[in-house]
Amino acid sequence: MSALRPYRAILLALALLALLPVLFTTGTVRNFLIFTLIVALAAQGWNLLGGYGGQFSFGHASFFGTGAYAIAILQARAGLNPWLALPVAVALGALAGAVIGTLAFRARLRGSYFALVTLAFAEVLRIVANVLPITGGAAGTLIRLNVDPLNFQFADRAHFYWVTLVFLGAAMVLVRALERGRFGARLVAVRENEDAARALGVDVLRVKIVAITLSAAITAVAGCLYAQNFLYLDAAIAYGPWISVEALLAPIIGGLGTVFGPLIGALVLHGLGELTKVWIGALTGGSVPGIDLVLFGILLIATVGFAPRGILGLVARLRMLPA
Amino acid sequence: MYSPEILLTAVLNGLMTGAVYALIAVGLTLVYGVLHIINFAHGATLTAAMFAVYVLHAAFGLDPYLAMAVTVPGFFALGYAVQRLVIGPASHGDDGNILLVTLGLAIIIENALLVVFRSDTRSIDVPYGFAVIEVGPLFLSLPRVIAVFVVLLVALLLWLFLARSTTGQAIRAVAKEKMGAALVGIDVGHIYAVTFGLGAACLAVAASLLMPTFLVNPRIGNAFVLVAFTIVVLGGMGSIPGALLGGLFIGVVESLSGLFMGESLGQIGIFLIFILVLLFRPTGLFGAKA
Repeated sequence: MSALRPYRAILLALALLALLPVLFTTGTVRNFLIFTLIVALAAQGWNLLGGYGGQFSFGHASFFGTGAYAIAILQARAGLNPWLALPVAVALGALAGAVIGTLAFRARLRGSYFALVTLAFAEVLRIVANVLPITGGAAGTLIRLNVDPLNFQFADRAHFYWVTLVFLGAAMVLVRALERGRFGARLVAVRENEDAARALGVDVLRVKIVAITLSAAITAVAGCLYAQNFLYLDAAIAYGPWISVEALLAPIIGGLGTVFGPLIGALVLHGLGELTKVWIGALTGGSVPGIDLVLFGILLIATVGFAPRGILGLVARLRMLPA
Repeated sequence: MYSPEILLTAVLNGLMTGAVYALIAVGLTLVYGVLHIINFAHGATLTAAMFAVYVLHAAFGLDPYLAMAVTVPGFFALGYAVQRLVIGPASHGDDGNILLVTLGLAIIIENALLVVFRSDTRSIDVPYGFAVIEVGPLFLSLPRVIAVFVVLLVALLLWLFLARSTTGQAIRAVAKEKMGAALVGIDVGHIYAVTFGLGAACLAVAASLLMPTFLVNPRIGNAFVLVAFTIVVLGGMGSIPGALLGGLFIGVVESLSGLFMGESLGQIGIFLIFILVLLFRPTGLFGAKA
């Protein structure tokens, strides 16, 4: 059992999360939970590169969208089973990461420049996806409704939630394993001081490219789940800036470079976001679009300014958790 | 394939759009040159300025050009305060933090505008909105011709300010050597905030130039901000002449690629230039050194 020790906290958290759909049986709450877990998964991908590697991407939509479009197109146009299309879609997302990463890191882009170039790649993909016939152009891609677990469609929302949870758990275990291994140590060394890491014999370029490839693969899984959950995609959803922002907000607010940061960040952000929407909605007697995002922006600035290690850092500082 | 008149009109239209792009980029590159930060809130600030012009017109019937008398000092003060009270304290001088803080500001501004104005698209009706002037065989839109002259005037004033005034000298000193500037008694925090205020004031001017012919909604700034980033990178980060030339160039590229590839693909040309310049010549086409 000692081999499981580092993963105990993850398994415990997953077990608790697995109980949620038993407690909350309404479709609204379950849909909210599914969406939040998908965001947490996309954010875990971002966290691997941004949190552990210190490379802040502003364009993880490139990988989310590539995964989402790939699975949707393979299924809707080529008739492939979505479970078989999933690994292909994830591989394509990883490939997008490898290509963008190789180009950007070979050119020695870092900091703001890296953020800008990733954003630009995502925008190019968004514009291209909006006109290509294969993506359905501006009309988008629709996955036919055919409820069957073999077809990745579940009659019970709880089942989709549990499937999502399994993928999220796998990503958390993977990140924990990487964190504990040599690769994680090299990645953190690159984040802390690139020149020092190089002097110690770390192949900085290789580490960064491997990191962005894995990061993209994880975020592509989130894209696949999104496509299977909503059964519809267009360019603004798949490659839009919203997911790039979501993917970076959650880990930063939860705790950068920690296995639990993205999950906690996503739960807190979307929990508070929903509460704010309901509360303001009740006050004004109507829905107020954008109010949750105003809150997210304030939380982002407050976190960067006052709690650079996020919620987990705050908790550790309050000694509620043995550090 | 295309007659010379159509091509010439496209180029001139591109130059006129490019002039406003250039002004937006000047604000961005000025802040980069002095503070060495990328201001992600630049596009959202432009949107806010456009809404300010819209509201002044809707509520008081104020002409978009006259609105500058209110918006330019207003946005200068706003930019000054935001740098002094939010960006400076929250980012602790770290580049990555500044990137995130300005991203946070962009999210707040954009969505606060969405809360107040909803996602409707609005525009201003002015009698001269569709006025044209005839130059030989060409018809040029009057508001866009005005825009070109105003941009040139602002660029000249900005250059005079930076070259001649004491504050301008201090700004240049801080841009070159922050530590040395502080040692000779320049208040670096104040200069940072003034520079940020100038960047915002440029946007207020740009908003007044855009509103007579353009529309505004809470997300409109995004369309401009990536273009402005491209121009800044192309012109060399921190270079004001580079931003002016880059703006005009990008305006023409957009206009011509729109003509040849259609409206929806037109912007791709810009982003590809952006990516290529970043990957292969991050110092910019006009910038000499990093």
